[in-house]
Amino acid sequence: MTIVPLSPGDLLLAATLVLAVAGLSWRLRLGVTAAMLVAALRTTAQLLLIGVVLRVLFAHASLGWVAVMALVMLLAAGREVRARQRRRFLGGWSFGLGTLSMFVSSFAVAILALVTMVGVEPWWEPRYAIPLLGMLLGNTMTGIALGLDRLTQSAWERREVVEARLVLGATRSEAIADARRDAIRSGMIPIVNAMAAAGIVSLPGMMTGQILAGSPPLTAVQYQILIMFLIAGGTGLGTIAAVTLGARRLFDERHRLRLDRLAGAAALS
Amino acid sequence: MSRLRVEGLRFHRCGPLDLVIEAGECVALSGPSGSGKTLLLRALADLDLHEGRVWLNGTECAATPAPDWRRRVGLLSAESRWWHDTVGEHFDGAAPEGLERLGFKPEVLAWSVARLSSGERQRLALLRLLANRPEALLLDEPTANLDGEATARVEALVADTRKRTGAALLWVTHDPAQARRVAGRSLRLERGRLVGDDA
Repeated sequence: MTIVPLSPGDLLLAATLVLAVAGLSWRLRLGVTAAMLVAALRTTAQLLLIGVVLRVLFAHASLGWVAVMALVMLLAAGREVRARQRRRFLGGWSFGLGTLSMFVSSFAVAILALVTMVGVEPWWEPRYAIPLLGMLLGNTMTGIALGLDRLTQSAWERREVVEARLVLGATRSEAIADARRDAIRSGMIPIVNAMAAAGIVSLPGMMTGQILAGSPPLTAVQYQILIMFLIAGGTGLGTIAAVTLGARRLFDERHRLRLDRLAGAAALS
Repeated sequence: MSRLRVEGLRFHRCGPLDLVIEAGECVALSGPSGSGKTLLLRALADLDLHEGRVWLNGTECAATPAPDWRRRVGLLSAESRWWHDTVGEHFDGAAPEGLERLGFKPEVLAWSVARLSSGERQRLALLRLLANRPEALLLDEPTANLDGEATARVEALVADTRKRTGAALLWVTHDPAQARRVAGRSLRLERGRLVGDDA
């Protein structure tokens, strides 16, 4: 079976759909016309760029270049996590917490999968390593961003309850326990939902892509199951790590709630 | 031996403050609103950043794990907060001492927190605090939402607790008559300083 290549004309035809929606949103004054067009342009430019980068990377496979690529992806994901926080930690903490947690979870899970399950030689073969890491980072990023946002938001909204518990002798961990649990849960819900709906409601993108590229459906399905489990593991570990560290950062060594460590909290002190 | 001793306490724009409250003594604290009375209580409970040193029975705050310190130096905030659905869950299900003295029946433990009036919340918050058996008490307008009878009940319960346990007590009140009733001496917090209140 051969892959049917797409011509620029095919892509332009698809782009008319985006233009049609942009036109409609302009007519209906939805206020997303510009954002939609910019996003469409970004997706085109970014994906073309990564296509070129991957072609070069695949042609000159070396552990060093794969590591550089992985680092760039990690830093971009860390920036994205930071941008999605309504009340972010001040200083380098917002970026640092998310990036560290993604590094620990996504990288560990990706390397584990490459070495043991996929078993490709060498284990950092970019054709496997980069897409795998990309899918892991993308999903872990969402979980961590949701979890941290929920944590800081509920600490902010429920600060009086948290302090009422501290006053009665609760430790910082006890005082924030329910907010921490909710935050971890909200970070893990997307992947739980995705696993529950996979195959019935949605055909996951990677599997669809493999099938379009000519893989036997059962091979594609096996890869998709593997990816789902890896994402669940990475997202769960990453969210737990980020939210636990974040919850710790909300207090100082004297178990005081330190909302002044969040942006926009200056008015409190 | 003094129970609660404060030396060079600075917080926000207040201080340095020095203060000694003897065991079993009650000191009333007043001052214009915004003068920092609540912040003083929060600093004593080690809830906010502050400078200076605080001792309870010769043990320094900085040398005590913070949760232990707050159990021993009990702060009653002006507004109480509740997080479980029913009253009893905040007391681990056991009826606290003093429930009936403050005018409650044991059934109150089964009540939903949402149906409590602000006065009921304030009295129950006091019982919740006393259940920790604190050695010093910091009360921030504990009778602000109460009628005359409930106020008298709270004052009597606190006075008995103080006599029985020898707790040092700092009582924030805007009512000079109450200050005379409950406290042996009165202080005012004005422009960041503690001054004797002879009014």
